[in-house]
Amino acid sequence: MTTNRPGSPLFLARRSYRFRRLMDAVRLLPVLALAFWLVPLLWPVPDQASDPAVTTSHALRYIFGVWLGMIVLGVFLWRRTARQIARENQS
Amino acid sequence: MVSLNQLIAVCLLYVVGLFAVAFAAERAAVKGRGDWLLRSPLVYTLSLSIYCTGWTFYGAVGYAARSGLEYVTIYLGPSLVMIGWWWLLRRLVRIGRSHRVTSVADLISSRYGKSNLLAILVTVMAVIGVTPYIALQLQSVTLSLSIFAAPPNLTGGAGDPINTAQAAFWVAVGLGLFTVLFGTRNLNVNERHHGVVIAIAVEAIVKLLALIAVGIFVVWGLAGGVTEAMAQIDRSDIGTWQVDGGRWATLTLLAAAALICLPRMFQVLVVENDDERHLQIASWAFPLYLMMMSLFVVPIAVVGLDLLPEGSNPDLFVLSLPLSQGQNNLAMLAFLGGFSSATSMVIVATLALSTMVSNHIVMPIWLAFGQGTVQQSGDVRHVVILSRRLSILFIIALGYFYYRASGGSGALAAIGTISFGGVAQFLPVLLGGVFWRGATRTGAVFGLCIGFSVWVFTMLLPSFGPDGALSAQTFEQGLWGLAWLRPEAMFGVSGLDPTVHAVVWSLSLNTLAFIFGSLVSFPSPVERLQGAQFVNIFDHSSPTRGWTASEAGTEDLMIMAQRILGPVEAQAFFRAQAQLQEKAEGLPEPTPRFVQALERELAASVGAATAHAMVAQLVGGTSVSVRDLLAVADESAQMLEYSSQLEIKSRELSDTAEKLRSANDKLTQLSHQKDSFLSQISHELRTPMTSIRSFSEILRDAEALSPEEKTRYASIIHSETIRLTRLLDDLLGLSVLENGAVTLNRQKGALRGVLDLAVTTAQAANTRTIKIIRNPADEDVMLETDLDRLAQVFINLITNAQKYCVSDTPELGINVMLQGDQVAIDFIDNGSGIEVASRALIFEKFARVPGQGGEGAGLGLAICREIITRLQGNITYLPDAQGTGFRVTLPAMPRNGASDNIDAAASA
Repeated sequence: MTTNRPGSPLFLARRSYRFRRLMDAVRLLPVLALAFWLVPLLWPVPDQASDPAVTTSHALRYIFGVWLGMIVLGVFLWRRTARQIARENQS
Repeated sequence: MVSLNQLIAVCLLYVVGLFAVAFAAERAAVKGRGDWLLRSPLVYTLSLSIYCTGWTFYGAVGYAARSGLEYVTIYLGPSLVMIGWWWLLRRLVRIGRSHRVTSVADLISSRYGKSNLLAILVTVMAVIGVTPYIALQLQSVTLSLSIFAAPPNLTGGAGDPINTAQAAFWVAVGLGLFTVLFGTRNLNVNERHHGVVIAIAVEAIVKLLALIAVGIFVVWGLAGGVTEAMAQIDRSDIGTWQVDGGRWATLTLLAAAALICLPRMFQVLVVENDDERHLQIASWAFPLYLMMMSLFVVPIAVVGLDLLPEGSNPDLFVLSLPLSQGQNNLAMLAFLGGFSSATSMVIVATLALSTMVSNHIVMPIWLAFGQGTVQQSGDVRHVVILSRRLSILFIIALGYFYYRASGGSGALAAIGTISFGGVAQFLPVLLGGVFWRGATRTGAVFGLCIGFSVWVFTMLLPSFGPDGALSAQTFEQGLWGLAWLRPEAMFGVSGLDPTVHAVVWSLSLNTLAFIFGSLVSFPSPVERLQGAQFVNIFDHSSPTRGWTASEAGTEDLMIMAQRILGPVEAQAFFRAQAQLQEKAEGLPEPTPRFVQALERELAASVGAATAHAMVAQLVGGTSVSVRDLLAVADESAQMLEYSSQLEIKSRELSDTAEKLRSANDKLTQLSHQKDSFLSQISHELRTPMTSIRSFSEILRDAEALSPEEKTRYASIIHSETIRLTRLLDDLLGLSVLENGAVTLNRQKGALRGVLDLAVTTAQAANTRTIKIIRNPADEDVMLETDLDRLAQVFINLITNAQKYCVSDTPELGINVMLQGDQVAIDFIDNGSGIEVASRALIFEKFARVPGQGGEGAGLGLAICREIITRLQGNITYLPDAQGTGFRVTLPAMPRNGASDNIDAAASA
């Protein structure tokens, strides 16, 4: 991450570069979430009891795990970008 | 066991509490206090929770008990939309704020050229789509009441079965009252309904706490911990993954679409949004809320299936589980949670729908038929408010009657999905309007009509069951016996899940029709303007002009605005606008900008289409000028204009700099010249002085001098004195000329005579001969000027040619040309010309062309220029002559007049 060296042009450039990459992450986060949540489409749906099956507890852990991960990432991105977004909206 | 009366008492107490909270919030907002809470991102996020209705509170457990994990799609879709806030919601919120959008119908109508047809279409579709949903909420409340009346562990119904119709009626009345009281306090829809928002925020907390409390009780109290609960889940009927892939994807899409398109969600997401920054916070906080709401659904369902007797309604497990275990207080809390979910949804849904019905259906009709024109005086606000209140009651009544008609049957989840499918039909038009400038009104009407028809035919009507709304024959053989029109196998595609089938067909046909209609139609100018503004919402911060308001008197606009905004508000608005126009007092000028602002202000109260129609009544019609269209069609037009202006400016600047530079060069050269002049003049004066001094000393001191020698020395002294005198005469003459103290002796004469004199004099005075070529025929020009001075100039020019022409056979051509009332005399020799660098200075004093011999002081041409300027003429160097060339231009006497004068002079 960036080091605090005020006045140095390298610092400013790096910060705005970092902000842009964070905004890329903000844009791509729903794509990631969608990809994860479409994974259950690949799980087998058993016709008979003997067929291989994904247990509901496993499915629960997976879906809610992805959910929690997305929320944590969302919080992280919000903390890193919110101030800059507000500033850009004002100007 | 909780008695029904106890329950109703608690419920009433809760409702009174809600009223109190709403009332306190309204009062705080009026006093300007409590903004930290009322306008906080927390309240914004909690208000979004009206997405979780009675359907999700009770129905999700029932859904899970029937189909396993499929219920979770209903929460995954909205989570995806929220996580992707940057793509769509941010745009919608910005559009909503800058266009003062009042509802989803208003947004769509405003985007497609403020079309009232579209507004009505969307409103009717929304009412049809959402009414079953409102009925569903009433059903969930009465169902939950009935379970207290007939608890599940006493099957057979020893308790008094409650009158569900009556219960639903009173619930509907209560909800209508609350919505009317707190939902119509202010006319401006963009102003937040603080009372309503804070009440639904409280309800959001209650329902979350209730569900989590039941969940904790079930997992730790009944199942015995997380591990045991998980094991029990895997042992149950829903222990394996059994979700059909098509349904998983379709329902996720449907729920995502519903979050954007549901009128109540649009109301809280966009219309009631107070601060764009809240959106990003809600982008993770709302998914968190949804996750917590759905966390305990599966355990409750599994434990309910395990513990409760066969045939119990799984939709009510949330209530019946605690009740069966004797947890009355928990059951009461769960009941309040369900009650909260249902009521908050009904309140906001009714509010949103009533705004749409009032703005897009009642007001236009009232304007068209009711009170004639808008110029009338009198407050119209009560009409708007009344129409909104009646709309609220109408919609709640509609929900109630639907509930009565449907008999309160069917699983909760099924009704919810149908409702989602209906409002999802707005999605293509909404997305197209926000992202695609080519989307047109015609396309939107096509898409909405076709999508909605397919939805009614494949989803809404079949939901009433065979021989319900559609005959069994239609199910078997298709509409009118057409096999490809079977409601569950359109175009012969059979074997699909009915929900997937309906959603895929309705949305894809909707999108196709929308795109096709947009491609083949041509939008009106207003539509194109609006389209460009919506699609480029982040570029166009200033509204484009749409009105030519010259015909509209500001007084008329004032009268109309007062009726809708209220006198005080309208006056404040007009005063602010007048100040913007920098008018100290009085009404603002009806500029297009002002009328546009007024229209936006009115739109916040009555919707874009109605506001547009009202302003149009006064102003006489929208005029979109070619310039407006061009500006929109080519966004870079302004930029181009600006940059071309910049280019002109910079060119001017560089021209000026060039001039300054040459002026500076000239000054520098002049300064150098002055220096060289000083040394030159001292040299010029010193040379004759030296010889005068030495020869006079010889005459004085030498003893023996022959008379010849004396005469020679004396004549040398004499000629040097003459040279000195001539130099001083030149200097004196020039300074006299420069000071303007010269007196001109004007007389008439022929140019030829002057030239004759000059040539003779010059040739006599100089030893070097030059061949002079003249054309006497041209020289027959009469002049009225100082002929002696003119001759002096000519002599100087001829003498210069004699002195400095470097040719072996020197020639000087003197050409005379008449140019209008001017006569130009060219003196061109066959020498080498003057170098470019020296040309600028030859007319300056003491300027001498370097590398030339001669004894002149460099005053000749300076004197010539001074003289010619006095004679109202001009002398220039001819740069493109073959040798050194000068042109003297003088005003000539008119030929006829000149001869008359000569005759007159001769006769006199």
